[in-house]
Amino acid sequence: MAQSRDGVAVEAQGLTVHYGQFKAVDGLSIQIRTGEIFGLLGHNGAGKTTAVRTLAGLLRPTAGWARVNGLDPQEQGPQLRKTIGVSTESPAVDERMTGEATLAFFAELYDLPPAAIPERIGRLLERFDLVEAGKRRVGEYSKGMRQRLALARALLHDPAVLFFDEPTSGLDPVATRQTNEGIIEMTRGQGKTVILCTHNLTQAQQLCDRVAVLEHGRVIAVGTPHELARDLRVDWSVIVEIDAQDLAAARRALAQLPGVEVVDPDTGGGMTLRLELLLRDGVPVPRVVAHLAAAQVGIHAVVPDEATLEDVYFALQEVQA
Amino acid sequence: MNWRAIRAVVRRDLTLVRQSKAVMIPLVTVPLVLLVILPLVATLAPNYVNIPGLDDLDALLGQMPEDVRAGLAGAGDQERLVVLLTVYLFAPLFLLIPTMVANVIAADSFAGEKERKTLEALLYSPMTDREIVTAKLLAPWLAAMAVTFVGFVLYAIVVNAGAWPVMERIFFPTPMWLLLVLWVAPAVAALGLGGAVLVSLRVGTVQEAYQLGGLVVLPVVALMVSQATGLLFFTTTVVFVIGLLVWLLALGLLLIAVRSFDRPRLTVQA
Ligand SMILES: Nc1ncnc2c1ncn2[C@@H]1O[C@H](COP(=O)(O)OP(=O)(O)OP(=O)(O)O)[C@@H](O)[C@H]1O
Ligand SMILES: [Mg+2]
Repeated sequence: MAQSRDGVAVEAQGLTVHYGQFKAVDGLSIQIRTGEIFGLLGHNGAGKTTAVRTLAGLLRPTAGWARVNGLDPQEQGPQLRKTIGVSTESPAVDERMTGEATLAFFAELYDLPPAAIPERIGRLLERFDLVEAGKRRVGEYSKGMRQRLALARALLHDPAVLFFDEPTSGLDPVATRQTNEGIIEMTRGQGKTVILCTHNLTQAQQLCDRVAVLEHGRVIAVGTPHELARDLRVDWSVIVEIDAQDLAAARRALAQLPGVEVVDPDTGGGMTLRLELLLRDGVPVPRVVAHLAAAQVGIHAVVPDEATLEDVYFALQEVQA
Repeated sequence: MNWRAIRAVVRRDLTLVRQSKAVMIPLVTVPLVLLVILPLVATLAPNYVNIPGLDDLDALLGQMPEDVRAGLAGAGDQERLVVLLTVYLFAPLFLLIPTMVANVIAADSFAGEKERKTLEALLYSPMTDREIVTAKLLAPWLAAMAVTFVGFVLYAIVVNAGAWPVMERIFFPTPMWLLLVLWVAPAVAALGLGGAVLVSLRVGTVQEAYQLGGLVVLPVVALMVSQATGLLFFTTTVVFVIGLLVWLLALGLLLIAVRSFDRPRLTVQA
């Protein structure tokens, strides 16, 4: 299997894609490492699907270049597509075929050895809980079953890089969790690289090692969710459990720290007290703790409550606006 | 060319067609009407009723080329009528079969895939543009040929059986018909195909594709009219030349179709 240099699975430089006159992807530059779960975030029409299509060689970029598994999407499209698996936004599976027949059909398109096909399909049906359903037509499937079939199809030829375009849209919480676990298993367990297009910020935060936020076809931020929160100086909070008797001392100490606000002291009695502190402008948690300790406040526990990707996302929107 | 993938797509497309009532109904009824019922009526009717206009038969036969007339010189009116109808006037109708089958199936397989949003999965597969379009063209063409050959055999049986009381011999198929089946029918199938593909690449739904694709029967209708009016008679030579012209037209159309079949374009439309 073609691996590109230095464990980079997907790379793009200045990738620009037009639909007619309309610029849907605008100078996209990313590097996705082998084994990484990389999130492509952005609202409707930000250019996520277009980016995936271009990386797979379905659309011709108007500028820039890309490599996937070391292959050029334009020049080596067929070889490249053998090394990737894609589940599209709407599961593109024919309603009139059975699940099993669908997989058998794609197995031939990917030129799998005929002798290995039945076992491979059997295992995938089992893994995606479609053994019974495999004999039925896709037209009778629920949305979640179709999504699972699309995922099974994406994995059929054991590709090194997987593109999942909103794989859990329309799934119930249980199915979503199963899908998420499946994605983690693919990368952690099998060293695959996953590019995950999603609006679901919770999902991105749970799964993604790094994310890129797209807006109007441009990358407006890249990094781990943590890095993004730090760089954007998004407000985050920390819960500090202190001796109840030290509340006044704690208040005095914190008043001297700019950017720290005591939100909601829980004065419910008892020996300890939970203080929720709002940290603005990226005030680091250790500095707060050190400050309280210096003021002789008895500290029992510190629970950082990091900014969520959602906070980051909305902060980015504000920065843009 | 990855023929295994091509075969898989052809097989899948044809399997799906067999499950589609909208496609199967015209595919069965039209050949049945044109190749069984119509010749049956045409060969049996003269036994029971007086065909009006039979008096003009001499005028009609007068339009036939010299050698055909010579061949029928000693024959009675009924025999000449049977030959005129089943061998000559119905020949263009027969060409409707490959045209229609290729057209209907191609519309279903191109526009249908677009409509059902399953094309994208094919585009993400390792198949090259050339392989996809080859498979997509091959499926309807093979189906058209299959229906055409079966239809031809049925027609030959019906015509010989129906006309037995009049002819008292097996007079069909004539060499002209063999040429029609083996040379012209594959060409008109290709023409119907090319038309359907060009239309399907431009419209969104199967219905639209059917409607516009129906235009490819016009050349066949033109042939029918020109023969009935004596403008052009289906002799072996004429049939050969018609086949050649249709092949040229069809290959031109298919070439345009193949050229307009590229991934980015299909992706944008999908
Ligand atoms: N086939 C097409 N023809 C013309 N414009 C298109 C086409 N597909 C997408 N676009 C436009 O390109 C832009 C990016 O679309 P894209 O589908 O890549 O966004 P996305 O980030 O995947 O959105 P979503 O979250 O809704 O799936 C949008 O403004 C969209 O209107
Ligand atoms: Mg999208």
